[in-house]
Amino acid sequence: MEVVDFLLDPLRSGIDRRALLELALVGSLCGALGFWVLTERLAYGAESLAHGLLPGLVLAALAGVPLLLGAVGGALAAAVLIALAASDPRTGPDAGTAVAVTGLVGLGALLALAPDSPQRLEELLFGDPLGVSDGDLAAGVALVVVGGALLAALHRPLAAMAFDPAGAAAAGLRPALVRLALLVLLAAAVAVAVQGLGALLVLAVLIAPPVAVRAHARTPAQAMMGGAAVAVLAALVGMEVSFHAHSAAGASVALALCAAAGLGAALRPSRRGARRGARPRSLPPAQASPGRRPGAA
Amino acid sequence: MSGPAVSAEGLAAAYGDVRVLEQVSFSAEPGQSVCVLGPNGGGKTTLFRVLLGELEPLAGGVEVSGRPAYMAQTERTRLDFPVTALDVAVMGALARGRWWLPPSREERAAARAALERVGLGTEADVRFGELSGGQRQRALLARALVQDAPVLLLDEPLSGVDPASAALIGGVFDELRAEGRALLVASHDVESARSFDLVLCVNRRQVAFGPPAATLHRATLEATYGHELIVLDGQSAVTVQHHGHGH
Repeated sequence: MEVVDFLLDPLRSGIDRRALLELALVGSLCGALGFWVLTERLAYGAESLAHGLLPGLVLAALAGVPLLLGAVGGALAAAVLIALAASDPRTGPDAGTAVAVTGLVGLGALLALAPDSPQRLEELLFGDPLGVSDGDLAAGVALVVVGGALLAALHRPLAAMAFDPAGAAAAGLRPALVRLALLVLLAAAVAVAVQGLGALLVLAVLIAPPVAVRAHARTPAQAMMGGAAVAVLAALVGMEVSFHAHSAAGASVALALCAAAGLGAALRPSRRGARRGARPRSLPPAQASPGRRPGAA
Repeated sequence: MSGPAVSAEGLAAAYGDVRVLEQVSFSAEPGQSVCVLGPNGGGKTTLFRVLLGELEPLAGGVEVSGRPAYMAQTERTRLDFPVTALDVAVMGALARGRWWLPPSREERAAARAALERVGLGTEADVRFGELSGGQRQRALLARALVQDAPVLLLDEPLSGVDPASAALIGGVFDELRAEGRALLVASHDVESARSFDLVLCVNRRQVAFGPPAATLHRATLEATYGHELIVLDGQSAVTVQHHGHGH
């Protein structure tokens, strides 16, 4: 009973319950979405977007409007600036993106350190799940409902594109539109999740869960559900650690997520075991009749 | 159905300013098989991209009956992506629309039937990356079968395939022709081209088009392959390929 009481202690606080609910909502969507972020090799893009929206967060704090609005505006502005910087062939996409993101983080820090700034810079950078508002929770619910529906609708096109882009296009899909929908969902998820985890730590909830489960999942659906479960579990563990060790909640959750990623990667099935089904199976005798050629009458 | 299932007239294609295919004119009736023969980089895949509508012709035009089914080269698929042979076959149903809904019972049944047809009925739940090379080609063929298209474009379907799988794939090709579907099969294998109804030789431009007896002779093959062609005994010929994705 002492152990149960120990574990339930954080949930006796309304503030911690709200924080855990917010992190669970955001984690369940981001943990699933992260599978496609990794599959489409968008991890660097997601990180750039999360860091680059800092000026929007700071401006929202200065103006006294909800941070979500600042996050959305910041994400849009960052996306445009990054796209412009990355398109310069003289610097290349990686260097252009790095310069743009560094500039945006610098601008955000400059604004946040202004005397009129009502919110501390570290809360915007590292998040404050204990300070989530009713609006943040509503945004989390909306993200799960709308984002979940969009993920479900995009599941087949995303899988077909990831497996064989040319084949997907031949089947009538429009890869550019599907990818754009994924990017919009990614931007919305980052904008909502940044409330709890901040501009620097939000990437953990997108990338760590799929890293933890991808070697163990046999289907994209398994990877998405596993990622969501890992994100929610890591949120619980992080909040427990934060409550009992008096550590920063956002950072504790981010570390729990990264620990899960390390554990999942370390426990990946051996290559021999993973390829147990890899032996080519012989054809049924009636079909194994060599000598015919394609097109032969 | 009247008229050709697939045809091109004066077709030219380019990537940016680089012309990769010129002066291509051919047609195939329903039930005919065409071997698109040429070296790597000769324009076979580019021709398919134009027929699929992915690439706008620079000049000329193409006519295709319905949306063609496409069987990509296996190496252009992602082997580490967690999908089973059944998942791959079901992807062929995306061409019917309803992409936002989970596969219907009918679509899954069609995919299982296609896997049975290519001899993979018992491998339906095996991950694509764990199949042998020949089995992967057959899973991709099953995906094309599920699309139920009047025209099938098959890009090097026998590349790296074991003899048993090649025989089975050839048998399915025969069935598809008997069903009245037109097949365009990209290949660099001169000997296998002799068993097709028609041969289209390309090397960045059309070299020849017609029945095998009229196209597969030394002068045409030398124009198609250049120094990559080795004539063995005055009749047979093989090609030396420098592997890599071409146009």
